[in-house]
Amino acid sequence: MENQSCVNIQTEWDIVAARQLGRNVAKELGFGIVDQARITTAISELARNIFIYANKGRVCIEKIYDKGHAGLRIVAIDNGPGINDIRLAMEDGYSTSGGLGAGLPGVKRLMDEFDIVSSKGKGTEIVATKWIR
Amino acid sequence: MPFREVMEAKYRDILTKYIKEQSESTLYIGQKFSRKSIENQVTPEEIISLHKMILQEIYPDMPEYVVHSFDILLEIMLGYGFAYREHQSLRDQQKELRSEIEIAANVQQTLLETKIPSVEGLDIGAISVPARLMNGDYYNFVEDENDCISIAIADVIGKGIPAALCMSMIKYAMDSIPANRNEPSMLLENLNRVVEQNVDRSMFITMFYGMYDYARHVFSYASAGHEPGFYYDGKNEEFSEIYAKGLMLGIDKKTKYRQYEKNIHPGDMIILLSDGVTECRTDEGFVEKETLLNYIRKYIHCSAQEIVNNIFKDLEKLQDFQLRDDFTLIIIKRRV
Repeated sequence: MENQSCVNIQTEWDIVAARQLGRNVAKELGFGIVDQARITTAISELARNIFIYANKGRVCIEKIYDKGHAGLRIVAIDNGPGINDIRLAMEDGYSTSGGLGAGLPGVKRLMDEFDIVSSKGKGTEIVATKWIR
Repeated sequence: MPFREVMEAKYRDILTKYIKEQSESTLYIGQKFSRKSIENQVTPEEIISLHKMILQEIYPDMPEYVVHSFDILLEIMLGYGFAYREHQSLRDQQKELRSEIEIAANVQQTLLETKIPSVEGLDIGAISVPARLMNGDYYNFVEDENDCISIAIADVIGKGIPAALCMSMIKYAMDSIPANRNEPSMLLENLNRVVEQNVDRSMFITMFYGMYDYARHVFSYASAGHEPGFYYDGKNEEFSEIYAKGLMLGIDKKTKYRQYEKNIHPGDMIILLSDGVTECRTDEGFVEKETLLNYIRKYIHCSAQEIVNNIFKDLEKLQDFQLRDDFTLIIIKRRV
């Protein structure tokens, strides 16, 4: 698909590549610098999660359009161990204090839409979207 | 006008003013601005972006390196914004939790409510104050048709919500035990079986149960490992411990309790308490038994309710208004 590009996450440098990709797309779409920074931070967190907990996976950035609105969608997929208790991982203070997962509720707050599917032993898929205001 | 709409103009105003002349009054306006922006959930990264934008507007020929430096600042402050928003959300959750506990505490109070009986010849006072929102202490009075008042005072080891939940169960267990209420030892034995079967193994309950026969003025009692109370001999103006031996409730279902009896004379007093009273702690250590008895002596001329209220106030003050454990004190005075 021409609207989607992906970065495979295997090393820490791939996190930087994912950030760069996200920032470029955000700029192209016309996001302001604060939203650019937010999107990049969200990508950074998700890519880092893959790097730390799943070892490898990929982050895809997609331009999306809905009723004349443009937006950016991040899809982070891995085949890692999965998240045991999603509700717990989405709780504030859990990841930051317990050292597990990585600021998922923070990512959710940075973006407009957030969806997570995870099954134990199979992996995790997170889709997060931000629309241009 | 909403703050967000005027935010830019206001910030521009403050910034240009301050660049022109560095006055304290402009800094003060800046402080007020930050309070407003926090109130309106403006994040740190938004402020930095605003700062950069306005600066570029006023100084179109601002050196490149200054412009670029803001990207680093923005990235760093985004992390702080991240943490700040999490903190906000945790604070809201805490508020919610607190109000939920407050409601639970009210429910508990209604559940455990007991009326101090008024009987001719007796003056009774009681106070029970939780260290936190919910009470793990419990006391109960029941007046029966045989001219007897039964008095129960209990303490769950531990405090807070688990202790309070446990205590609510005890109250209903007591109400539903059909045993002969005239026998404190029997009541404790029955209750012990209920606790042993129904309460978490890590939870123990101490209880003192007494029965005051106000026709004969005989006090019979038994204790399940509860903090010993005191007996005041009005004639000789002397205190002595109310001795009663017995295992805590919930340890062994076959526990037997011994029952004791005491004749109460005019001017005598029975003082019952929870360990929150004797374990009042100050910087110098525990409150000595003697200190407590001195407080009782100090207020001995007051009514029973005044005595317990005054002692609580004094001990609360002695501990700098921080209760470490739930506090319950009951005084039964036989009028002269």
